[in-house]
Amino acid sequence: MTKIHIPTPLRQYAGKQPTVDVQAGSVGDALSGLVSQHPELRRHLYTDDGKLRAFVNVYLNDEDVRYLQREATAVKDGDNISIVPSIAGGADPMIRLAAPMLACRCCCR
Amino acid sequence: MATITQPKPETAGNVLTNDEILRYSRHLIMPEVGMEGQQKLKAAKVLCIGAGGLGSPLALYLGAAGVGTLGIVDFDVVDYTNLQRQIIHTTADVGRKKLDSAAEKLKAINPFLNIRKFETRLSSENALELFREFDIVADGTDNFPTRYLVNDACVLTGKPNVYGSIFRFEGQASVFATEQGPCYRCLYPEPPPPGLVPSCAEGGVLGILPGLVGVIQATEVIKLIIGQGDPLIGRLLLIDALGMKFRELKLRKHPDCPACGQHRIITKLIDYEQFCGIRGEEKPVEAKVPEMQVEELKRRLDAGDDIFVLDVREPHEYQICNIGGYLIPLGDLPKRVSELDSSREIVAHCKMGGRSAKAVEFLRQAGFKKVHNLTGGIAAWSDRVDPKIPKY
Repeated sequence: MTKIHIPTPLRQYAGKQPTVDVQAGSVGDALSGLVSQHPELRRHLYTDDGKLRAFVNVYLNDEDVRYLQREATAVKDGDNISIVPSIAGGADPMIRLAAPMLACRCCCR
Repeated sequence: MATITQPKPETAGNVLTNDEILRYSRHLIMPEVGMEGQQKLKAAKVLCIGAGGLGSPLALYLGAAGVGTLGIVDFDVVDYTNLQRQIIHTTADVGRKKLDSAAEKLKAINPFLNIRKFETRLSSENALELFREFDIVADGTDNFPTRYLVNDACVLTGKPNVYGSIFRFEGQASVFATEQGPCYRCLYPEPPPPGLVPSCAEGGVLGILPGLVGVIQATEVIKLIIGQGDPLIGRLLLIDALGMKFRELKLRKHPDCPACGQHRIITKLIDYEQFCGIRGEEKPVEAKVPEMQVEELKRRLDAGDDIFVLDVREPHEYQICNIGGYLIPLGDLPKRVSELDSSREIVAHCKMGGRSAKAVEFLRQAGFKKVHNLTGGIAAWSDRVDPKIPKY
């Protein structure tokens, strides 16, 4: 099994779990497995044409997959995949995702 | 080992007095610091952007350690809600400029410090000139435009950017913009597209978290100055305070990075609000939705009018205080809209009116005709109708 670490801003779409286990041969498969289990995540990770969103970085163990084979990067049992969105800290959750759904502009600090 | 332009310790101004030698004795007796290291600290000039959550522990520890010149950039005043985590400020400082409050505490801890206050909003007009006067910049800001501004200005002026950021109970730390290492844009070339924040109400932050991350930043600043240890260059430290887990990811200098790569296209500072705002903040929609003032709602409820009060906050907020509204958190509204009766008059509220405005817009698009936003939210209700409702 491959463990996927879910960043805090996205946990609400992954059943509030900090990690999700998937069975996969590649990073791409692992992420597909993740969004199959938690469909609400799809729009946050992928654009409408199925590409990984630019401001979401994916790591296999400690390596950015952009420097490996991206979604084709092979994974094995015990590997860890991390999804690392940009955060800008403070009281505002600064991850912004172009998904056509309701969200709130932070009116409350 | 990092190579930064090391401050020259040998000038007369950086010789330690006997008082300083006694003060810093616990540094001096360690070979990793010693007299040479302490003199480097005294010669160093560090710019702290922000005297808030991250800035508080950062400045306090850099001051205690004897960093000779500390610049602080902050234009804000101390708010009561800051005290939960911005530990350089006290209750007596509420209402005071954060700069004045911070400088006073730092001088009290270490009168040898040279504190330079910059009561200004960091901008493309002032950043380059400001950064040139310092050796290292410590960035603890809380918004994307400033993150990119600080990054670009650090790259353009050749100053390392000791980065820290926090969200709820997680943090990140790294050192960007060194010659050999990546910059923030290597990791995130662009800010995220237009503003759909997953859950504003899930904001908030564990009070200790900026303490944890801010001191990590201070540690990195000191390591860069004294040239010891392995700084977080090319390393992203991920901090999970709840699990008390620390993980590390490798960061690479991107060869095509527009700021620090081989073919740089960023040669000056830009309009960062626009950079982030083209794809950035949503404009508030309050102006476009029908509004109701709290006094009118109160009057009509007292008169027995059939008004359905919809509360779109989160359950933990409802527990803090409520006016008896029907709770559907904003994020759940699309899938629970069938619980609402469009033939009834609905007034939606949240804490301050932002989220509920979105709810009203959503409902109107879903065909609800009789729906209003409660201007100012439960905060306005507390202010003008029922002061027993607590503010939070």
